[in-house]
Amino acid sequence: MHNSSSIENPVILLKGVNKWYGDFQALKDINLEIKLKEKIVICGPSGSGKSTLIRCLNRLEAHQEGSIEVCGIELHEKMQDVDIVRQDIGMVFQSFNLFPHLTVIENCMAGPNWVRGIDKNEAKERALSMLKHVKIPEQADKYPEQLSGGQQQRVAIARSLCMQPKVMLFDEPTSALDPEMVSEVLDTMIDLANSGMTMICVTHEMGFARQVADRIIFMDGGEIVEQNTPEEFFNNPQNERTKTFLNQILS
Amino acid sequence: MFVDTVIEDKALHKPVFLLCLSLTVLAIFFAFNFTNTIFGEFLSPVIGNPKESGFFGRLAVSFVLTILFVGNLLLISFARLKIQILIVWIELFFLFLAFAYSFDLEISYIFKNDFICSTESAREKLCIPSKIGLMISKGLFTTIYISAVSIAIATAIAIVGAIAKLSNNGFAYAIASFYTSLFRGLPLLLQIYLIYMGLPQLGFMIDAIPSGIAALSLCYGAYMTEIFRAGIQSIPKGQWEASRALGFKFGLILRKIILPQSIPIIVPPTGNQFIAMLKDSSLVSVLGIWEIMFLAKKLGAKDYNHLEMLLTAAMIYWTLTIILEMIQARIERKYQQKT
Repeated sequence: MHNSSSIENPVILLKGVNKWYGDFQALKDINLEIKLKEKIVICGPSGSGKSTLIRCLNRLEAHQEGSIEVCGIELHEKMQDVDIVRQDIGMVFQSFNLFPHLTVIENCMAGPNWVRGIDKNEAKERALSMLKHVKIPEQADKYPEQLSGGQQQRVAIARSLCMQPKVMLFDEPTSALDPEMVSEVLDTMIDLANSGMTMICVTHEMGFARQVADRIIFMDGGEIVEQNTPEEFFNNPQNERTKTFLNQILS
Repeated sequence: MFVDTVIEDKALHKPVFLLCLSLTVLAIFFAFNFTNTIFGEFLSPVIGNPKESGFFGRLAVSFVLTILFVGNLLLISFARLKIQILIVWIELFFLFLAFAYSFDLEISYIFKNDFICSTESAREKLCIPSKIGLMISKGLFTTIYISAVSIAIATAIAIVGAIAKLSNNGFAYAIASFYTSLFRGLPLLLQIYLIYMGLPQLGFMIDAIPSGIAALSLCYGAYMTEIFRAGIQSIPKGQWEASRALGFKFGLILRKIILPQSIPIIVPPTGNQFIAMLKDSSLVSVLGIWEIMFLAKKLGAKDYNHLEMLLTAAMIYWTLTIILEMIQARIERKYQQKT
């Protein structure tokens, strides 16, 4: 099934997705297609549904209507192997969510060793090389709480990468960081983008969006209001709501 | 509690407080009237015959006691914290001993031989020369054996119970919540009777020791279920999400991520449960199990020397709990270092 999907086929395909929290509609008729190696930035005011959307992509949240397909497998309530799908989708959280009782290297080895069935030595090797990628191999034997926020987030990125995912999801990865640590995480993400990873990032970092994104998606009130290339999005926004948002965030 | 950086003056070093304290203590000593005790004897050169000293004697004795008491506090207040704690511990311990001494006990009684040994078997009479020997070799061993087995079973029950209580499965939740409600809702003594006398009605003949262990495990398993449930629930949901996002399955998340993190939260209250269970194991004495409490009652009853044996049992229980507390503190320290 995986092999038959050529590069032209979308890795992620959403059709008519609706989601409610009680009476409140969090996502309204979302249609979205993301191709392999595409870099997408999702932005919008708080409460616009961007985090909800990205969390639906690995089914940390459930959608009620429409269909979501990831790597050719549809995500739904009664699916058997959600864990298999999730192994191929890395996710980085706003609050890092590292495992505090494991060292940095153990955090990175856990996934490959426990669910991919890779033996300890190989998992360790892979973990070390990923930690080198995010430029903190020297912290390998420390516990997460001994690291700065920026370092923790880079470990979280390395932990996801150790699973060798096809897609990486970033849910406001720099929002919880002190200002001086934002750039080290963004640099890591830019490196990752340059390596050809398929990335979907919810972020307010417009500089990053301009530099990396193939497409910027603007959400408001649970809808996709506008999507365009960075160039067009920043210089020639079409929708009034986009213009207001850009005015607020760029001024 | 978290100590502030500003140090307040010690209350004891404020004259007004010291005066109020002294007057209060004087009033208390005066109210309890220590004239006819050993203190009155000591003061007899001043107050004459304690029994005839009247108001003056009573006041003098109270006054001297107050000076001793407050002076002692003042002296201790100048020592370093650790020394203060040590001295106060020692003084309280001596007060406890004085309390026991005032019963006019026959201490040698606990070291006397006892023919109770011969009633059980001839061999035991040879190896158990004294009552305290029997208390330790038979009673202490039985108590530790019952408690240790019960603690192990209760822990296993608690893990299963906590998971059941947190699950979405209706049957699991219903069974677990009924279980905790029932066994937390009945007095332990009643549970012991119900199990010992109830199960044979169903055709299961059950010995005293297994039924005692069953009652203790079920009762403390119910309490510990709640502790374990709270421990598991206190782990932030981000840990679940991060594990799920990596593709971990439920069992793996619980085993490798959630339970290891909840152990430091679970250990202190669980330690309290262990200590409580050790002492509550005395309740199984009603089934005729030869544990510490049963032997204390039995050995003391014959010669009406109840208090000697009860105090012996008290000291054994106390020593055991102190050991458990030390182990608990050590485990807590270990987990604090790691995280």
